[in-house]
Formats: sequence, structure tokens, C-alpha cells
Amino acid sequence: MIKVNSTTRKILIPLFSILAGFLVGAIIMLFYSYDPLQAYGSMIQGSLGSTVSIGETLRQATPLIFTALGFSVANSAGFFNIGLSGQALAGWVASIWVALAFPDLPTFVLLPLAIIAGALAGAIMGAIPGFLRAFFGTSEVIVTIMLNYVALYLSTYLMQEVMPAHFRSSQDATKMISHHATLHVDWLSHMFGDSRIHFGLFLALIALVAVWLLMKKTTLGFEIRSVGLNPFASEYAGMSSKKTIIMSMVISGTLAGLGGVMEGLGTYQNFFIQTASMSIGFDGMAVSLLGSGSSLGILLSALLFSILQIGGLGMQTGAGVPFEIVSIVTASIIFFVGIDYVISKLFKNKDNANKKLPKTPIAKEVVTEEKDAQEGGRL
Amino acid sequence: MSWVSIVAIIISSTLVYSTPLIFTALGGTFSERGGIVNVGLEGIMVMGAFSSVVFNLAFAESLGRATPWIAALVGGVVGVIFSLLHAVATINFRADHIISGTVMNLMAPALGVFLVKAMYGKGQTDNILQNFGYFSFPGLSKIPVLGPIFFKDTSLMAYVAILVAIFAWWLMFKTKFGLRLRSVGENPQAADTLGINVYGYRYAGVLISGFLGGIGGAVFAQSIAGNFSIGTIVGQGFISMAAMIFGKWNPIGAMGAALFFGFAQSLSIIGGQLPGINKIPSVYLLIAPYILTILVLVFFLGKATAPKADGTNYIKSK
Repeated sequence: MIKVNSTTRKILIPLFSILAGFLVGAIIMLFYSYDPLQAYGSMIQGSLGSTVSIGETLRQATPLIFTALGFSVANSAGFFNIGLSGQALAGWVASIWVALAFPDLPTFVLLPLAIIAGALAGAIMGAIPGFLRAFFGTSEVIVTIMLNYVALYLSTYLMQEVMPAHFRSSQDATKMISHHATLHVDWLSHMFGDSRIHFGLFLALIALVAVWLLMKKTTLGFEIRSVGLNPFASEYAGMSSKKTIIMSMVISGTLAGLGGVMEGLGTYQNFFIQTASMSIGFDGMAVSLLGSGSSLGILLSALLFSILQIGGLGMQTGAGVPFEIVSIVTASIIFFVGIDYVISKLFKNKDNANKKLPKTPIAKEVVTEEKDAQEGGRL
Repeated sequence: MSWVSIVAIIISSTLVYSTPLIFTALGGTFSERGGIVNVGLEGIMVMGAFSSVVFNLAFAESLGRATPWIAALVGGVVGVIFSLLHAVATINFRADHIISGTVMNLMAPALGVFLVKAMYGKGQTDNILQNFGYFSFPGLSKIPVLGPIFFKDTSLMAYVAILVAIFAWWLMFKTKFGLRLRSVGENPQAADTLGINVYGYRYAGVLISGFLGGIGGAVFAQSIAGNFSIGTIVGQGFISMAAMIFGKWNPIGAMGAALFFGFAQSLSIIGGQLPGINKIPSVYLLIAPYILTILVLVFFLGKATAPKADGTNYIKSK
């Protein structure tokens, strides 16, 4: 038992979770006689060892920041948005569609237009579960999971059957977007050894600040947090919890949609058939949980996850360890974050040793009983 | 095609696709009746599918026709072990049920594929040699009309699943164990004051869901998929969870809903053979089960059906 003050404790819990997660990965690797030190070494080498790999790591972090922000906004309103990947997919398809439809518009028109289209598509995908939750009490967890699959199959259908044929280069992929619609900028790529890093990184940093301002400095942000803490008290105080729930999901979906736009206009420059839900969805959720929803936390944990993922590829080639170990480490980290109650017991609070720190989503625990009874919409 | 054979195709494929959903949905009812939300059913199914395929590949030659049945039990046992993670996290460590379940869903496919790569040196297993196949009930399949529809070349496991559902209903509503499990999910404080071991019953609920979910994954792998890869279980666990909700946390209801979702899923597979259905673009059939789930939740789910303490952690000292 180590005595620390509460701020240090807030930082120690995620750090401990990260360490423990890596440890789990190491144990599994040892069990199958892979060398964990060599594996983690080639992971660092693969993600930070050259300007190209640093560029790729930053590129990987870009969409994660957006989806993680999306998750955290919804989570502040007491909403568990598992639909990030479907919302991101919608954003990806919509932005590519617009970019391919008007390839010759000037950049300053086309690029914002394509980005807005992607954001809108994500917003609509997010609004559906928000609306259903607000008016029918339907569990957003189930609805968003189901919508992920709907988005997955629809995206293939839209590309193969609905898009004009000349948008496609084959049955499996669209053509590349024109240079008027790309987020790619030459000087930035050159700076990072011609990697796929793109201007979206700066948009992501702007989004981090914007969401922080929204949540901390605006009425809407206050209402979202207030509804998340106690929807009944918020209603009494004159806020419309229905409106707030829908707004929080619209914002969440918008951000997730922008995450998809980053993949479309930034990383890949086209759309191709997806066979599983986009990984930036669940990874974004993990990033947000690890970063405990704060902008700085999200930035740091997005970087960590990108190091894991880009480095994981290097680990596979460098040390011959299957890439899946990265997901195992990721899942373990989130597991340890999830059982923060136990981990926090390791670090005793110096200021008020007996007072329990409230966990962030307090409302959930408190209101579920009455709310479920009324609405019957939970799992 | 005569209408009897059309109906027979629909019924038998519905049964095949429903069976994994029935098992897993039943598992979900036990967990949630005990008050633990189990979003991790999908991950449990993945582990069940993985372990049954590995067992099947290893023992098919020595065990012959019995292999898939024993492999299903192996899948169930592995499901129990995997669900321990969820039980410990939510019951003892006070983790958020959805976060813990999501961890299982993230962990299972990665672990499964990692182990497949570590064991076989490639990303997916070979096809299994012994699967559940089709079964004709001796005698019953000779009955005119009903025989070919229900009892000829059909899925024996589906009938087992239906029997298990009836047993689960009896266990949950007619026995002391069931009453106590439900009381723990409705009002753990009251149950505790009556001397019921809240943690024990919650463990039982989660572990039963691990067993049945593991069997569900094993059945899917050995009757539909035929091997294990990252794409073996994609969403069946979530659909099972939806079936459990549609069935209002009642085993018989969950079974009915699972049959319905199995029907919706099988339509997208066999739709091409059926006159009328084959004109519908396949995407509509593919997304139908998911859209139906949402519609069912929005329009048909009555109020106040979830166990009252579902999703809440019980802290004994309170």
C-alpha cells in the first residue's frame, strides 16, 4: 500500500493498468516460447524507430483521437456508444462518395464539403440510437451494436450497387479521390519520410481542444454532464434530458464520423470493402476509457495505442510474434482500467484515507434501478 | 419444388441457425436473472468455437461420430473458464458490467487467433472432419408431410437445445435454485438478509452462461462454420443477447426469439433457393436480423421486464 494524493492516484491507476496489460502479454508470449523482450523491443523500434514509423504512428493516432472523443462525449451523458465503428464507417463512405462525385471542385470547397458529409453521416448514425433511447427507452448498447452490422453490410451494398459504376475501380474498391479532396499534404509527408501522415492530425488536435471547451465552458456541455450525473435532477432543474441525450449522441456520432473521414480522405484515399467492423471503433472506446475521458488523457492513450498497433506490425516481422498479441494487451489494459476499484486499493489516498473517490459515471449505478423499472430498456 | 420440400428446407435451416443462438441466449438469461449483464456472450462463443474446433481436429480420428458432441462439451467448459474473468471482475472487483463484457469480446478473437497461429502456424484452422451433420429420427421421419418437414435430415442438436430450454425454464421458475438466482438479480440486499449467498448465486449465473455460450459457439463452429478463424463468430453472441431480451429474460421466450432470429439469418443463406425471396437483394436479408432486433426492442418490449438489479454491482458492506 502506497500513500499518494488523489491527483497522483488518478495518474497511477492508468499507468499501473498499462504495465499490467503488457505483463499479461509477456506471460502469454513466454508460455508459447516467444521472447517478450525482443517482441516489445521490436514494437518500439517499429513504431518510433524512424521518421517514417513516427509518421505512421501519428497517422494511426489521428482517427483514434476522434473516435475516443466521440465515446467520451456520449459517456459523459451516461451513454455507452458501442456504435463508433458503424458511425465511422458511415463517415468514411459519405466523405469518399462526395469526393468522387465532385472531383474538380477547388480544394477549399471540396475538402470541407467531403469532411462535412462524413461528419453528417456519422451524426445521423449516432442520432438513431439517441432518439430511440430518448423516446422509447431502448438500450443504446444493443441498438448501436446492431447498427454496426447494418452499417457494415450497407457500406458494401452502397459501394457495389448504388454508387455510379465509374466511381469504382473494381467490385471491391472505389477509385482514388482527386488531389482536391485529400487531406494529404506534401511537406508534412516529406517531413516524416513520405509516410501517410496527413493534415487530419491537426484537425484532431483542434477537436481535442474544441471538445474540452464544449464540455467545460458551454451550457450544452454542462447539460450533458449534468444529465449523465443525474437525469432526474437535471429534469427538475429545467433541462430537457431527451434533447440532451440526442445532442450528446449526435456530437458523438459526428466525431466518430470524422474518425472515418480521416481514414478515407487521409489514410487510404478511397473506400474498399470491409469484412469486419472498423477497428478504430472499439480501439477508440478503449482509448477513451484509458484516458478517463479527458482531452489530455485521450491524446496520450491514443498515442500509446498507435505505438502498440504500428509497433505490432514490426513485432510480427521483427520477432515473429503474431499481431494478435497487441489486441490481447489492449484488452488486458482495459480490463485493469475496469477493475480500478481493486487497483486503487493499492494506492491509499493521502488526503482523505477513508473517503471513497466517486467513479466517473456515478449516475449509472444510482439511477439504473428506478430507470430500468420504468423503461425496461436495459440489457 | 413442392411446397413440402420448400417448407422442409426453411424449417431445417432455421433449426440449424437457431441452435447456437438458443444455447447462448439461454446462457444470457441465467447471467442476467442473477443480475450480471453479459455483453461478453460473443466472446464466450468465440472461445467455445475455438476450443471445440481444436478438440475436433485433434480427436476426430479416435472418437469418430461422437467427436462434435464431446467437443461441444469441451467448448462449454472453456466457456466456463473464460466467463470466470467476467464473474471475478463484476462480482468481486466491482467492474462496470459492460466494460468487462467488452473486454471479453476484444480478448476472445485475439486470443483465439493468436493460439491458432501459435499451434498451427497459420491464421485459420483446417476444416473439421466430424461435424454435427444431419439426422433423421427413426420412425418419426416416415410420418407423411410432418416427417419430411420436422424429422428427416434435420438438426438433432436443435431438438437438444429445445429440451435444454424447457429444462432451463423449469430450473429457473420451479426450483429453489431458480428462485434464489432470481431474487439475487431482483433485490440482492433482501436476498442477502435472508441468508442467500448473493455472490455465490451470481457466480452460478455467470458460469452457467459461460457453459451454454461456449456450447453455442461450439455448435456454430461444428455445424455451420466448419473451422475457426477471425470471421467464425461475427455477431451471433449479440443476436443471442437480443433474443434473450426479446424473450423477456425467460428461457422459453428466449428460445422462441432465437428460433425467430435463426429463421431471419437462414433466409439470407437459403433465400437464393426460394421462389420469391431470391428476387430480394441479399443486403436486405443480411441486415434484416439486426433491423428486426432494433424494431422488436422499440415496439414490442414491454415495460419493466429486466431484473431490477441487473447491471448493478452488489457491495455487501453497504
